Amino acid sequence: MKHAAILPIVIPLAAAIVVLAGHRLGLRFARAVFLAGGLLLVPVSAWLIDLAGGGDIAVYALGGWPAPFGIVLVLDRLSALMVALTTAIAVPAMLHATAGTDTAGRHFHALFLLQIAGLNGAFLTGDIFNLFVFFEVLLLASYGLLVHGAGLARVRAGLTYVILNLTGSALFLVALALIYGMLGTLNLADMAVVLPGLPERDHAVVRTAFAFLVAVFALKAALLPLSFWLPHAYAATSASVAALFAIMTKVGVYALLRVSVIGFGSAPFTADLLQPWLLPLALATIALGTAGALAARRLATVVANLVVVSTGTLFAAMAGNDGGADGAALYYLVHTTLVTAAFFLLADRIAAARGTQRDALERSGRPPDSALLAFAFLVLAVAASAMPPLSGFLGKVMILRSVQFHEGGAAIWIALIVSGLVTMALLARAASALFWEVAPAPEAMPVALPAEGSYSVDTHRLGSRRTAVALGLLVAGSPLLTVLAAPVSDYVRAASDQLHARQPYVAAVLGQRRDIAREHRP
Amino acid sequence: MELLFAIAVGVLTAAAIFLVLRARTFSVILGLTLLSYAVNLLIFISGRLTVDAPALMLPGADRYTDPLPQALVLTAIVISFGMTAYLVALALRAKGESGSDHVDARETGE
Repeated sequence: MKHAAILPIVIPLAAAIVVLAGHRLGLRFARAVFLAGGLLLVPVSAWLIDLAGGGDIAVYALGGWPAPFGIVLVLDRLSALMVALTTAIAVPAMLHATAGTDTAGRHFHALFLLQIAGLNGAFLTGDIFNLFVFFEVLLLASYGLLVHGAGLARVRAGLTYVILNLTGSALFLVALALIYGMLGTLNLADMAVVLPGLPERDHAVVRTAFAFLVAVFALKAALLPLSFWLPHAYAATSASVAALFAIMTKVGVYALLRVSVIGFGSAPFTADLLQPWLLPLALATIALGTAGALAARRLATVVANLVVVSTGTLFAAMAGNDGGADGAALYYLVHTTLVTAAFFLLADRIAAARGTQRDALERSGRPPDSALLAFAFLVLAVAASAMPPLSGFLGKVMILRSVQFHEGGAAIWIALIVSGLVTMALLARAASALFWEVAPAPEAMPVALPAEGSYSVDTHRLGSRRTAVALGLLVAGSPLLTVLAAPVSDYVRAASDQLHARQPYVAAVLGQRRDIAREHRP
Repeated sequence: MELLFAIAVGVLTAAAIFLVLRARTFSVILGLTLLSYAVNLLIFISGRLTVDAPALMLPGADRYTDPLPQALVLTAIVISFGMTAYLVALALRAKGESGSDHVDARETGE
């Protein structure tokens, strides 16, 4: 069916509109539509993977306007993979949210659905102005979701987050204006065609424009000088939102990958744009994220810093492949997104079970059903610290193999191995504080959760089966990725080959039109 | 006229950066507003400055203005307007929660 590519955007958008239109019908209605919207994305994502898996690049021209004049959505292996990953994170996060988080403020369901629509749109679009619009859709929704439930910590984190991202959006627009002014097109495939023939006097401006774009994507992905907002924001917000945000940093990674491979990779004067500084920044990001995780005093902050480490790891893998990404980086991307999202949900359940101490890394009474929580923690810790036998180990080994002949390969090896070791040590320390060192004679565990400090507390039902199922679904991600390592790595390798071939993408978007009439600019 | 435009965009951006770097939410919001003005002007001239020409390729007209930046700038204006409104609401909320309009929501005695 030719409308397949737009379904991941239309479904959550329509569900959000229905939720808003029926907001008087009560919580049950909102939750039903919310979950139905999410669950509907599961078969759609599977179908898109199936469609793209054959190697065809499906182009959907919105409104029937052909590229480069109209906006197109492009469904290739990589975008289908990212949409499927979004769905895999979103559905458990939604299930978790319906256990009580969603009643802490208004319009949670609609915002969450809009965020999914924005994420899917950003992954599918083939036009960089449209990418900006979808970025704004997902950011606007994320502004609302971040402060959902309020509390000073969230409002404070939210204020910084909004100001930073508004500045980022302004930079994005500057870049787009310069690109349109110089190249006369905003379609990514068309840019690849125009770039090589650009007169030399325009090179500097185009390089500047691309550098602005890189800065914007680095801000979204939390690459080092632009990463300080992330731990505050992710640790302060509610768990289901943080789990969904785990994929938001990957939007930055994805956009940089797509634009650098298809866009700047196509001309020699922009191809080396990332070259000199991506590797040092990526390694510094790994170091800072690891140090931040060591210093953290709450489990959620540890996990937020692990998100920073994963961004650094992905960019290091990109730098080790000269700005591209092979299957290893994509496999690791899938793995790390699933694991960090699951970790956020686990931190929330531990916090709910421990009472007043929440998820602080200090002694307390052993939480109820600690055996199950500890088992989930064990699985996630093994996956996150890249220990065998789970997918983190496989992903990191693949990355190490792929960068071994690069000149910065040794530095990447050291950074990845040391950060994995430190992560293992600090997660073991966290587990010992959370599950082993029982405080002497605790009073009866408080079941109702009073607000503590400046962190607002969501109204959880302790034994909620929904949060258990949500957590179980996400925790199963890493073992599943390990068992299915062969087909998944075949798929991601094919996705990376398809991305790097570049010509099929351009040909699919522009068809055989090589003689596009260009206006002459003064 | 290009020079005038360039100077205007430059002055707006410089003022915006100065204001965004201040520690009070009110100045930051003003700065972001100025920044969005500067950016909108920049988008507007990305199709080049053309005086007294239609935005359509009409029969008989020998020149026309590029209509695309006008559409782009409209999108940018709507988005930045909505975002600024949200930021004002959030800043008021932070002021209500913490009693301070410092961007870190704490009083430093500036």
